[in-house]
Amino acid sequence: MMTASDFMTLLNNEDLSLVIERYPITLDFLANYRLSDIATDRLLLDALMGVEDEILEEFGFEPYDLLYNLAIFLKTFSETRTTIDGVTSITINGGINKLKQPENISLTISAGEVISVVGPTGSGKSRLLNDIECLAQRDTPTRRQIMINNRSLDDTQRFEMDGKLVAQLSQNMNFVMDLTVREFLEMHAKCRLSPNVNEVVETCFSCANDLAGEKFSDDTKVTQLSGGQSRALMIADTAFMSDSPIVLIDEIENAGIDRREAILLLAKREKIIFVSTHDPLLALNADKRIIIKNGGIDRIIETSTEERQSLVLIEKLDNQLLKLRNHLRSGDLITKELINL
Amino acid sequence: MKLITIAGPPSSGKTAVILKLIETLKMPLGSIGVVKFDCLTSFDNLSYEAAQVPVQMGFSGKTCPDHYFVSNIEDAVQWGIESGFKLLITESAGLCNRCSPYINSIASICVIDNLSGVNTPRKIGPMLKFADIVVVTKGDIVSQAEREVFAFNIKQVNLTARIIFINGITGQGTFMLAKYLKNTLEIDTIRDMRLRFTTPAAVCSYCTGETRIGEPHQRGMLKKMEFKK
Repeated sequence: MMTASDFMTLLNNEDLSLVIERYPITLDFLANYRLSDIATDRLLLDALMGVEDEILEEFGFEPYDLLYNLAIFLKTFSETRTTIDGVTSITINGGINKLKQPENISLTISAGEVISVVGPTGSGKSRLLNDIECLAQRDTPTRRQIMINNRSLDDTQRFEMDGKLVAQLSQNMNFVMDLTVREFLEMHAKCRLSPNVNEVVETCFSCANDLAGEKFSDDTKVTQLSGGQSRALMIADTAFMSDSPIVLIDEIENAGIDRREAILLLAKREKIIFVSTHDPLLALNADKRIIIKNGGIDRIIETSTEERQSLVLIEKLDNQLLKLRNHLRSGDLITKELINL
Repeated sequence: MKLITIAGPPSSGKTAVILKLIETLKMPLGSIGVVKFDCLTSFDNLSYEAAQVPVQMGFSGKTCPDHYFVSNIEDAVQWGIESGFKLLITESAGLCNRCSPYINSIASICVIDNLSGVNTPRKIGPMLKFADIVVVTKGDIVSQAEREVFAFNIKQVNLTARIIFINGITGQGTFMLAKYLKNTLEIDTIRDMRLRFTTPAAVCSYCTGETRIGEPHQRGMLKKMEFKK
């Protein structure tokens, strides 16, 4: 593991071109300070001699500050291990509901498990998801406690995990970047500091195509993907590139994506998955479901054998609908025979 | 009294974040005040008044907003103390991205939104670079991947800041922000404290009302572009 002072030694002894070759992200740092045109065939400090004083001055830097900042920058962006590695389970310890009644539950969920969250609008589903996100320690209005790997967390640990623990996926999310699918995946891979960009991009792309009803090419703009294709790409991306151990899914739409496959994929990647849904197919595919009422967890139902068996029938119904949809798409008439229940 | 300075591009969600933060803090009505620094006009006072938060508006008009901030901030602090606030929040719209109304040892927050373009964090400069906390809004409508790329680009510019995603409509995320701000410094004056970064410099003929174009009218401190032949 390189320390900041190791990086300073590197910068003081090797030409900038070699530093860039080993740590391509150096280019980003230089661009951030308008130094993209700097000479690279020499040491950084020597190269800075050829730069107008004004540029460094505008950023409030002396040449040595810049070197120091680059060293810290490289140290930060070469750390691949994070505090969220090794999250294998989370535990929800009940608090109180809106009527101040105790929830009396303790639920531990392990990596690879799928939990659905059901309840009417406004019943408190988002509150539960918020508690998970901020790792509540009996200090939120619900008084719930969230434990990671069976341990409670102090504020420092919460701050460190904050924002990285949970990946979210919802119906309302869209792509806003003006990039093609490939450029988009490459950019994300770069941010994840993936050592093998091409491989992970390829995996994501082909997996997204497997999930999407309608195929798309990697030179399509992400903003031009259909709803189903976008969702498929977001899920594949979350599965292979995001390192957040917990995924919160808020209703994935019906059309144009294999929802069960999508959830299964995330579960296979050892994620802890919460699906807020009223889609029977998704809800019953989960191992357990949390029933939310009056702002609290009312009950936890383990998917019963009967429910699991009826999944076969529900799947049939679902496929029937899918077939109708495909007929409509290809311009056919919908006949009674087609419906044939 | 505690002081928090909040800055961010126009329409990034500063007011919404502040209002949700005030709600989360659950302090008695009238114990938190806001000073809004803006350039020409603003309607944010209406939102604050509706939430019964005492607010003072200040408009920099023809002067540099950053210079305006630093010339008035101590008076703002004294107003807050005289009004009996426990917490004073200043909100400033950074219009040239060069603004960074942050003071050493005073909690400094930059608010930017996820829709503003993925490279925006790399362009914002001191307003982002010198913040203790970077609040990212409107994350609920972009993909997880874009949120991650955005956070990565923020980190490139400010390695040490805490990045908090806040939904300005539901207030999701303000709980953690409130927690961060718990240990903010108590002050009774900020006289002799220092800005974290110099304000934009310019004392030229145009600062004093010159409108004519061309070399003969340009005096004082000017920065000229170099056009390659």
